[in-house]
Amino acid sequence: MSFYNICAQYDEECLKEQLASKTETDVKHTLAQEQISPEGFLTLLSPAAVPFIEDMAQKAHKLTLQHFGRTITLFTPLYLANYCTNRCVYCGFNTKNKIYRSQLSYEQVESEAKVIASTGMKNILILTGDARAKSSPEYIKACVEILNKYFPSVSIEIYAMTEQEYASLAESGVDGMTMFQETYNEKLYPVLHPSGPKHDYRFRLDAPERSCKAGMRVVNIGALLGLDEWRHDAFKTGLHAHYLQSKYPGVDIAVSLPRMRTHVGHFEQTCVVSDTEMVQNLLALRIFMPRAGITISTREKAEFRNNIMHLGVTKMSAGVSTEVGGHAKAEDDSDKSAQFDISDTRSLTEMCEAISSQGYQPVFKDWEPIFGTL
Amino acid sequence: MIDDVLEIGKVKFKSRLLIGTGKYADDSIIPAVCDSSESQIITVAMRRVDFNATTENVMDFIPKNMQLLPNTSGARTAEEAVRIARLAKAAGCGDWIKIEVISDNKYLLPDGYETIKATEILAKEGFTVLPYVNADLYIARALVDAGAAAVMPLGSPIGTNRGLKTREMTRILIEEIKLPIIVDAGIGRPSEACEAMEMGADACLVNTAIATANDPVKMAKAFSNAVKAGREAYLSGPGAKSNLAQASSPLTGFLTEGQ
Repeated sequence: MSFYNICAQYDEECLKEQLASKTETDVKHTLAQEQISPEGFLTLLSPAAVPFIEDMAQKAHKLTLQHFGRTITLFTPLYLANYCTNRCVYCGFNTKNKIYRSQLSYEQVESEAKVIASTGMKNILILTGDARAKSSPEYIKACVEILNKYFPSVSIEIYAMTEQEYASLAESGVDGMTMFQETYNEKLYPVLHPSGPKHDYRFRLDAPERSCKAGMRVVNIGALLGLDEWRHDAFKTGLHAHYLQSKYPGVDIAVSLPRMRTHVGHFEQTCVVSDTEMVQNLLALRIFMPRAGITISTREKAEFRNNIMHLGVTKMSAGVSTEVGGHAKAEDDSDKSAQFDISDTRSLTEMCEAISSQGYQPVFKDWEPIFGTL
Repeated sequence: MIDDVLEIGKVKFKSRLLIGTGKYADDSIIPAVCDSSESQIITVAMRRVDFNATTENVMDFIPKNMQLLPNTSGARTAEEAVRIARLAKAAGCGDWIKIEVISDNKYLLPDGYETIKATEILAKEGFTVLPYVNADLYIARALVDAGAAAVMPLGSPIGTNRGLKTREMTRILIEEIKLPIIVDAGIGRPSEACEAMEMGADACLVNTAIATANDPVKMAKAFSNAVKAGREAYLSGPGAKSNLAQASSPLTGFLTEGQ
């Protein structure tokens, strides 16, 4: 049985009713428990929990401190290519969007790596559009081999792969994978992803599990908040993380909480997620999954990112460019080919200062590659 | 008390408190924590050490006079733990190693079987091996046979600050295992460290409880005092416990009067 069967048990109507049925008493009862069930998680995501956000914050803060200490691990994304065969209606890489398309040569990958490594960054997340013909598994593998010379941790956020392909990348030194389901709403999903390989809901949904089986050390999942009713997607994301953590205890399961951002293209966002709702989501997730990593990207504003460091976040991106080759490129050479606009444009140094000023330690290295050592 | 030393792998220590380097808001506080804890052994996760550091590195803050105890945090198998240990040695971190083999990231409980395998390999290679394990007599005996220099049973799961939940099992290890027993993980308060030492544990390793305290330097001092107090109490031989009150004017005293 895959997570698909569990997910399918919660249709949108049933979730709507359950969320609306939660009461103040349910929230108090949940907060009093040491470990909460999926039902309790749903309670903390419900409208009834909104007046208890401060109580949730106190609990989430203590749990995070206990399990992670006062530390925030830093990473930066590296866009290898923006060729894409999908038509995701909300994405700047949509094949119909008129943007400058490119792919880094191996020499360019090395140049980008040198520029990023010179800042002190140790964790790199490589991204491509969904275009196998251009960014083949072999191309990605060759890029990983270059990047391994500069970074102890290299993760991927690319198209969904087979288990064998994930295993091959893990063997070549990839230690983490990120896969956003975007929305768990099976009916809405094909509307948002009208064509291209990403149209296959089930193949994408099962990708994190395939990577767990393939030996990835860290598996990071998430929904793009703002595509559907956020409480539904937040609940199913947590449920998915819980499923993976229980079934693959040797894998570090993490969750990202990306909110919709503006980009090239025209997508009318119908479900806007407020700051309060983002915080409620973060706190509920931390209380439900005390040991899970939680990532907040530069999609969020600097001030908001500073404030939520105390609430359960363990990983943040910094020094970000979402353009292909954007790290080595001079600022005025920008070709407007970014996947989305970032909100927090602080450099790595500025980000470290901000983390320290909040009483936290920026962590650069949190993994020693084991493969290929003595 | 002058001769009361902790001996691990032929090295003698006055302090019986081991500390860690993780979870601090700023690594620059580590020297002050070392100082106030009076600890002589400090563990550091190899996964966090930047061997090519161009910026600040946790190793820069560890006092040179302390015994470095690299740990294999992140290892999921014996093979991975062995690789990390060898890497630590090759990087100049010495030949002491704390084996942590954990393949359950939810509870972070150690895998005894893989830990025994790693201990055997590394002990044969000349490492001073301190394995972190569940408080289990059979595992502890196997570790003795595998060449461990000490046994480090958990008080409760890592980072939980839940205290000495394994009290009875740890007591059995103290009684039965001739190697130093170092209670590692879960100790959340100085009173719990004191309790472990009173029971006869040889030492305690404390990280989370110090690192996440509002004042880590003061908390390190508190743990130092607690470990010393517990040790002194153990050496003093506490009086026996009884479930019944011992009447100061016994009713049957007449039976022995005049004998």
